[in-house]
Amino acid sequence: MSSSDKKFEYAPAPESTAIASISSDYGLFINGKFQAPHSKKKFESINPATEETLAKIAFADEVDVDKAVKAARAAYTKVWSKLSGKERAKYLFRIARLLQERSREFAVVESLDNGKPIRETRDVDVPLAAAHFFYHAGWADKLEYAGYGTNPKAHGVVAQVIPWNFPLLMLAWKVAPALATGNTVVLKPAETTPLTALLFAEICQQAELPAGVVNIITGDGRTGSALIKHSDINKIAFTGSTEVGKMIAASVATSQIPVTLELGGKGANIVFEDAPIDQAVEGIVNGIFFNQGHVCCAGSRLLLQENIHDEFLHKLQIRMSKIRVGDPLDKNTDLGAINSAAQLAKIHELTKSGESEGAQIWSAPCELPTKGFWFAPTVFTGVTQAHRIAREEIFGPVLSVLTFRTPQEAMEKANNTPFGLSAGVWTDKGSRILWASQQLKAAVIWANTFNKFDPASPFGGYKESGWGREGGRHGLAAYIKGAH
Amino acid sequence: MRLDVKKTYKLYIGGAFPRSESGRSYQVTDARGNFIANPAQASRKDLRDAVVAAKNATSPWQSATAYNRGQILYRIAEIMEGRTEQFVAEIKALEGLSTSAAIKQVHEAIDTWVWYAGWTDKIASTSGSTNPIAGPYYNFTIPEPLGVIGIFAEQKPSLLGLVRGLAPVLAGGNTAVVVASEKRPLPAITLSECFATSDVPAGVVNILTGSTNELIPWLASHMEIDGLDISGVDVKKDAEIKLAGTENLKRIHRFAQANSPHRILSFMEFKTVWHPIGI
Repeated sequence: MSSSDKKFEYAPAPESTAIASISSDYGLFINGKFQAPHSKKKFESINPATEETLAKIAFADEVDVDKAVKAARAAYTKVWSKLSGKERAKYLFRIARLLQERSREFAVVESLDNGKPIRETRDVDVPLAAAHFFYHAGWADKLEYAGYGTNPKAHGVVAQVIPWNFPLLMLAWKVAPALATGNTVVLKPAETTPLTALLFAEICQQAELPAGVVNIITGDGRTGSALIKHSDINKIAFTGSTEVGKMIAASVATSQIPVTLELGGKGANIVFEDAPIDQAVEGIVNGIFFNQGHVCCAGSRLLLQENIHDEFLHKLQIRMSKIRVGDPLDKNTDLGAINSAAQLAKIHELTKSGESEGAQIWSAPCELPTKGFWFAPTVFTGVTQAHRIAREEIFGPVLSVLTFRTPQEAMEKANNTPFGLSAGVWTDKGSRILWASQQLKAAVIWANTFNKFDPASPFGGYKESGWGREGGRHGLAAYIKGAH
Repeated sequence: MRLDVKKTYKLYIGGAFPRSESGRSYQVTDARGNFIANPAQASRKDLRDAVVAAKNATSPWQSATAYNRGQILYRIAEIMEGRTEQFVAEIKALEGLSTSAAIKQVHEAIDTWVWYAGWTDKIASTSGSTNPIAGPYYNFTIPEPLGVIGIFAEQKPSLLGLVRGLAPVLAGGNTAVVVASEKRPLPAITLSECFATSDVPAGVVNILTGSTNELIPWLASHMEIDGLDISGVDVKKDAEIKLAGTENLKRIHRFAQANSPHRILSFMEFKTVWHPIGI
């Protein structure tokens, strides 16, 4: 055992931040130009890995929201709605190319602002965002073949509010289909992660996108609320918590404004006894620790067939011990910083409830940096369906393990949640995969894989996980009048 | 002279014809105001019983093959055809229509079942897709039924309005709790007698008669109802219904009158399945 006593260490491999051109101060991007907010109020966006300030960000109030909506309306009426699909397509292709050209810069800024590992921003967030624009560019002049009638029409001005877990990617999921179908946009990025959206505003300028087609207003929940309540918007698209999603649904109850919602989840990742165990362990780790577990479709409930529980857990803990937690800009880092102090507090609160309700906690032994917001990869065993950690979205690197004896029991437990975003199935038996895929009440089923995304693949939620789809031919419906 | 044997109009829940547990009934009159019948006035409890029946029926109805569901929907049309005269008599009396107008409505209702019967095994083909992923994965998207749908049937035309709402819901594999036209509920009950004799599994369709406004809050807020067709409700009630429906994010729709695959898809969810490709 002497050789294994020696700890194998990686040398630090930090990505340089020299490429990131972050201004010290950002205005609101309205009508093609950065401008000072009406209130002159600013807030700070910090690096969650160091708690250092990255930039001062403008706070948009109702006056700014109104200005942005007016700019979007004018751009829609005068320019965008008159442009042919073919020309719209070319703008989107340009944006896709610009994102690819500046991908390294976006990856670094995203890691700095969000806390997620550079490996993920470089390999997932940014390339997928570019792919999303490229994919939707191709739809812009082919909408009459998309199955929504021979003359599909845009809504007009779209209000979009996005979360902090995939800041640029969620922007792409929202903006690309909206523009492709001929709408103009007012987008509010999350309070803690506005930087890549503001960098994207520069991309719009470089692409010579007509002024007002995309407007980006920064702020907090008050800004978002003012935006979705504005009287001159034609469509709302929101990604975020189920709680806020329901508030939005309630606030538009009196209006006829169509809404798409992409909300929370409590995904079940089900491992049957015949699954290839090592491969499944990798999948479970990816399912819950990808992006620090800040993923609405995370596989946060592990359902293990009872007879493989001990073996699986042993292997899982060994694998979790190898997860490298730390500097998001280090290319070897697997798990970065928790996005904010508030989110860290929420994770602590829920994990404490797990312990007090009787589940057994185990965290990977790892050194956490002293500054910034961090949480070690954690797994709970002995979880019952009634525990809060089995019912509520933790949105952090915390896995809850439950067991089952029969496939039917697995399905019942997996479906015993008001959410219905994702589910995972691990088995070697093809017929069981298809059977489970039918039984599971979730919009995305990953079989022998997990957390895979593609612009051509529709994403969304059953039940309280939301309304509508994003991506693929089905995602276009959200932005075409009368199609839902 | 022989005295007519009149029908007792009751609710249709879980394949049975109970009276309201509340013991209530209400008077229905013809277009001239003459008494016709005392159908049951469904209560909140009846509604909840109906939802339980509909929920229990989701599994057998969803797991039936699309071909089988299509045949059952077609069977409803067959059974209705044989009852044309009865429907015509009820519609004439309640809506004050001429014989030919009433016959036209019944025929349209029957043809609506036939149209949707043909959709059951085609909707997944026309609306689903295989998706070309940038990677070694097979990925497909298919529509699935939402679950239990609450339907406020159009107030008029009494029979056709109900069928226009119900047929697409059943074609998509959902089960239903229907609140029939309040003043003209009799064709709905006669229709449920057709369901009972056309191999529609018990609980797949449940029909309540009574006060629409009384039942709105309970149906709109019921946590086991997944979607609502509110075509038969006054638009002024939209906000109240949508607000109550936010608790479980019900899919709530109001439709224009035409038949359309869009009506089927409004109460379906798209599911996407991924699997790696490899040797």
